Amino acid sequence: MSTFLDRLLGRVKLSGWLALVAPLLAVLFAAVITSVVLLATGKAPLETFNALAQYGSQPRTMAVIVNTGTEYYISALAVAIGFRMNLFNIGVDGQYRLAAVVAAGVGGAALLPGVLNIILIVVVAVVVGALWAAIAGLLRVTRGVSEVISTIMLNSIATGIGSWLVTNHFGVLRGNELATKELPADSRVPGMALIPGTQLQVTGFIVLALVLGIAYYVLLNRTRFGFELRATGQSESAAVASGISVKKMIVVTMVVSGVVAGLIGMPELLGASYKYSTNFPTGLGFTGIAIALLGRNNAVGMAIGALLWSFLDNSSDTLQLLDISKEIVAIMQGVIVLSVIIAYELVHRYRIVAEQRRVSRELATPQQAEGAAA
Amino acid sequence: MRSIAVLVVGALVAGAAACGGKPPEFSGSDASSMKVGLAYDIGGRGDQSFNDAAASGLDDAKRNLGLRTVKELEATPGETDAQKSERLRVLAEAGYSPIIAVGYAYSEPMKRVAPDFPATRFAIVDDTMARGPNISNLLFAEEQGSFLVGAAAALKSRTGHVGFVGGVQSPLVKKFEIGFTQGVKYIKPEDTVDVKYVAQPPDLTGFDDPAKGRLAAQGMYDAGADVVYQAAGGSGAGVFEAAYQQHAWAIGVDSDQAKTAAPEVRGNILTSMLKKVDVAVYDYIASILDGTVKSGPTVYDLRLGGVDYSTTGGHIRDIQPRLEELKQEIIVGKIKVRAA
Repeated sequence: MSTFLDRLLGRVKLSGWLALVAPLLAVLFAAVITSVVLLATGKAPLETFNALAQYGSQPRTMAVIVNTGTEYYISALAVAIGFRMNLFNIGVDGQYRLAAVVAAGVGGAALLPGVLNIILIVVVAVVVGALWAAIAGLLRVTRGVSEVISTIMLNSIATGIGSWLVTNHFGVLRGNELATKELPADSRVPGMALIPGTQLQVTGFIVLALVLGIAYYVLLNRTRFGFELRATGQSESAAVASGISVKKMIVVTMVVSGVVAGLIGMPELLGASYKYSTNFPTGLGFTGIAIALLGRNNAVGMAIGALLWSFLDNSSDTLQLLDISKEIVAIMQGVIVLSVIIAYELVHRYRIVAEQRRVSRELATPQQAEGAAA
Repeated sequence: MRSIAVLVVGALVAGAAACGGKPPEFSGSDASSMKVGLAYDIGGRGDQSFNDAAASGLDDAKRNLGLRTVKELEATPGETDAQKSERLRVLAEAGYSPIIAVGYAYSEPMKRVAPDFPATRFAIVDDTMARGPNISNLLFAEEQGSFLVGAAAALKSRTGHVGFVGGVQSPLVKKFEIGFTQGVKYIKPEDTVDVKYVAQPPDLTGFDDPAKGRLAAQGMYDAGADVVYQAAGGSGAGVFEAAYQQHAWAIGVDSDQAKTAAPEVRGNILTSMLKKVDVAVYDYIASILDGTVKSGPTVYDLRLGGVDYSTTGGHIRDIQPRLEELKQEIIVGKIKVRAA
């Protein structure tokens, strides 16, 4: 029997037509609730949806959505790796920010030329992300500290260390802005003109995101490590019984999650702003949690979720131009996550009830036969 | 004050034009057909401080200059340069001109977007780095206004001990601190000035953490300070609360906070250092309407009425003549206030 958490984190799969019904139901829920909110604030829902559709269908917008979505997707993957093992890595946020600050500082110093510097930056980011995540994993296995608590605290500490590094070591003053030194021109990752009709380039890191997505799928579904990870997530005692070292799994999973988290800031650092400043995106780790839930930890589902989330986030200016408050975006995002959770849960319950009926029907027939024999 | 500022800006522009710079031609425009776009920093309209000052300048311009179409877009916490760029671009593509960006966070975005729209006028508050033929930089001599409230603090302090609470230790906020300290020391060289910042860049939460603002001020009052100046955005509310609890003085910032802060703490606000973003925004729009708009930096200082101190509550009535004297001495250059 599956628990609500199993179903929430996508450990139980729906099959056949039910797999299609759940997302459709979620979209329907979300549309209805958002319409009600819009009507309550005196705005025409159809007009709003129309404006959103128009915004989303422009080539320039699509490039913007893909670029933001790339960062969201990598973040969701980092979170999902933990989720699949019942590890709630709330610390993805601190992991990627600290990784990006250190990487920006090291990269800005231009110790190596060109591509070598890019490799150095990425390696530094990955190592910092992994080490920072490892702290929470080690605390959990040695002292039994819940990773939820430790990672939240580590987020604050990461903020403090980041500020200290920028203020006292890496910071360069430009006008009123204190930021790390800009990466030299030869260690930046170029974009690609993927979308016709706009000059805005799609970040080169979309390739990395795709590779990570595939690697996530393969790692979890086609490797022994993935099997042990999922097994530990489903039942720790069963995992122990089958010879899996749960402690080792916890540390390794946190580290892998931290490795991916370290990459979240790379599209911005290497492909967009080339420095860590006050405008460096914050909170991507939390966005990743929402998208992992939305995509039910599924590699494709999270990609769709990341694009949807990015589309809504970036549409706030267009909505404000129509005098629709930008807060409607946050409401829509919240409603969509809830709708997905509720829709899937409803479909799962329907499936369970239908199965029980089928089983009891099958059991009922021989029982009658027994009764007749007696 | 406002009309004087307009005149002076006008004179400066005439001077610049005479020098033979090559700004694009912007003749006077019609207020009723002008579409003004305003891009806020985080907090937006209703922050009781910096953004609100810009909003009130826009409201004045609507009322007095006859603007019909204005659009205000708000920022989201944690957004990137790219997202801020899109905000400016959306406004420019929708035909808004001028487009006013509130806060130096728009520096990079402005650099990227303004060149793509050469026929659109842009202005940015608090930033000197984004330059271009169609960009006006609206700057403030925060150190001069802070000098005056520093003098007021020293004149009013009984303990010879005052404090400064900054939101984020950024170069901009340091200007407030440095001016304040100079003002205190100018009056009473032996006075103590405690300095504390709520956060360090790039962490901006220090502008929005009243609990930590309160803690910082509380520590100063406990140590014997009786006047604390805050330049801490939303965290300033905590400084006021601490002042109210201790029956001590606090000094507000940006807006006249004895009018905008929570009602119960208003009586503890000695004065506020006014950073008149409203004047700058209003003057900028007016200068476009009469065709005297100037690209590049304009520093709104005491002389232009861009910074000042407030007198709401009448707590500084007794020392006002002295403060006016100091103000004139700064304006004529007899007192030089350092910004860094």
